[in-house]
Amino acid sequence: MATEFHNLQELRHSASLANKVFIQRDYSEGTTCRFQTKFPSELESRIEQTLFEDTVKTLNNYYAEAEKIGGQSYVEGCLACFTAYLIFLCMETRYEKVLKKIAKYIQEQNEKIYAPRGLLLTDPIERGMRVVEISIYEDRGSSGSSSGSSSVSGSTTR
Amino acid sequence: MKNCEYQQIDLLALPTATPTPAPLHGGDTVQRREPRKARRKWEVFPGKNRFYCGGRIIVARQSGVLPLTLGLILITSGLFFTFDCPFLVKHLTCCIPVIGGVLFVFVIITLLQTSFTDPGILPRATQDEAADIEKQIDSNGSTSYRPPPRTKEVLINQQVVKLKYCFTCKMFRPPRTSHCSLCDNCVERFDHHCPWVGNCVGKRNYRFFYTFIVSLSFLTAFIFGCVTTHLALRAQGGKGLVFALQESPGSAVELVICFFSVWSILGLSGFHTYLVASNLTTNEDIKGSWSGKGGEGVTNPYSHRNIIINCCSVLCAPMPPSLIDRRGFLPEDESAQTGCAEIELPTLATKSEMNVCTQGTKDLLESAALSPLLSTSCPQGKPHSADSSFTAKPNTSPELPPQRPKAHPTVKTSTPRRTKTQSRKCKRAALHVPTPVYEDPLTPSSPEAGPESKTH
Repeated sequence: MATEFHNLQELRHSASLANKVFIQRDYSEGTTCRFQTKFPSELESRIEQTLFEDTVKTLNNYYAEAEKIGGQSYVEGCLACFTAYLIFLCMETRYEKVLKKIAKYIQEQNEKIYAPRGLLLTDPIERGMRVVEISIYEDRGSSGSSSGSSSVSGSTTR
Repeated sequence: MKNCEYQQIDLLALPTATPTPAPLHGGDTVQRREPRKARRKWEVFPGKNRFYCGGRIIVARQSGVLPLTLGLILITSGLFFTFDCPFLVKHLTCCIPVIGGVLFVFVIITLLQTSFTDPGILPRATQDEAADIEKQIDSNGSTSYRPPPRTKEVLINQQVVKLKYCFTCKMFRPPRTSHCSLCDNCVERFDHHCPWVGNCVGKRNYRFFYTFIVSLSFLTAFIFGCVTTHLALRAQGGKGLVFALQESPGSAVELVICFFSVWSILGLSGFHTYLVASNLTTNEDIKGSWSGKGGEGVTNPYSHRNIIINCCSVLCAPMPPSLIDRRGFLPEDESAQTGCAEIELPTLATKSEMNVCTQGTKDLLESAALSPLLSTSCPQGKPHSADSSFTAKPNTSPELPPQRPKAHPTVKTSTPRRTKTQSRKCKRAALHVPTPVYEDPLTPSSPEAGPESKTH
């Protein structure tokens, strides 16, 4: 089983980056922002599938909320048009508000779920909304752990 | 690689920046004596863009004929308000300059917004991403020096869509994204590169562009109508057109400009109205992606099959954020090495992947996360493509961010030339592929075929 870390500080001090997994975009419903919920094999030994899927589904829901085209977005769009879009300079857009919520959610997930398992989520906005990057850490202290191999299972012992 | 990882982690453990293993050229020692100045990400942006006002304003490298566009609009409107309005106010109604003024303001504002807004540039893939993608592709066994164009097929609304691999940005382009070779960026929902506004038209500024051409067609038609009325009123009573033109020479100029432009602008507006109603881009329309020539059953998978919904989704959708964090700061250890920026750029820019915009513990972890893998490239100044996976802050406003708590005083004397030179040099130094050959479908200099080719 993977090394356990009790908190993020411990992760920072005692962990070395072993690998990164990239969750790609899911374009099956068009160009709206969605990520694939397929569970990557590299994480099999690190985290439960349900937790991972919950995280990705929640992120997808947030993005869907940000990009939703409905009554409110029509009103905002028309109002923006009448002001020659100058309100974009003054107001925080709905998308930005949701992005803040997403950042908070990811930080919370990292603190509660991912860091204790030696993983770290990166906010997709920092990767151009292309991927959800999950960094996999190994305990630096455990000798002989593979540093560059793609498979991390079994590299550390409890 | 193992040594590099630990080396990088040691670096991180130190609170201050330490010299990198990368060879530093002469002149760097001189620069080290200077006080450290935090640099912003726009200064190391790899695309061919220019930045003004400290990164708030982004334009393509070649401004095209934007000055001409602005000049024509300003001159025509100026002549209108000077020569025609007084006469028409006296003889008709005072609403005329009001309407003209409103239209003029609309046109100028939307033109400037189209030109200065990030059209939806996709930051280039980070090294790790690129390596991950390469791994997936190479597992299919291609070993030639120049691999064939890579494509990936996805199913979008039951329609097969091919995603192409961008060799410059080192990623599979999302659907509807295209690489503009004039700007050297992948742009989301790429419509065309418009020389008249001096920028690409893409996802983020399409609504500005559409509003611009619609209001410009109204303005042109309005001025044309007013000038014609003016001249007709002056010429009545048997005085003749020549007499009228002599009395108001400015009107002649306006008449000529408006007459020649109103048809093309109206045509362009009509064309784009059609595109908006069918949720198409100029790029797709010209290529005929969804026109059925690929076989039966090929329809536009992005269309909502309803004109109103299509229009709303294109024009009234929530404004997407800018994905390139222009005003974000490069990490401290990069900022310190601002000396030989041109030469050091590959190293610097590689490290620019390190996220600066996370908060709290995430900040630290991110730094820890990214550096070890970056270190694998540090000795050689890694490919330039990794340089600009610029990360957008969640709380960054798309344009002109008025609120940035830790913003430095705006560097008004931004150095767009330096950015250009840097990106050029960096590119030459670091690109493996000597001449990126894009399967770029649209030649940017002739953005639109068809009825509006005359306009552009």
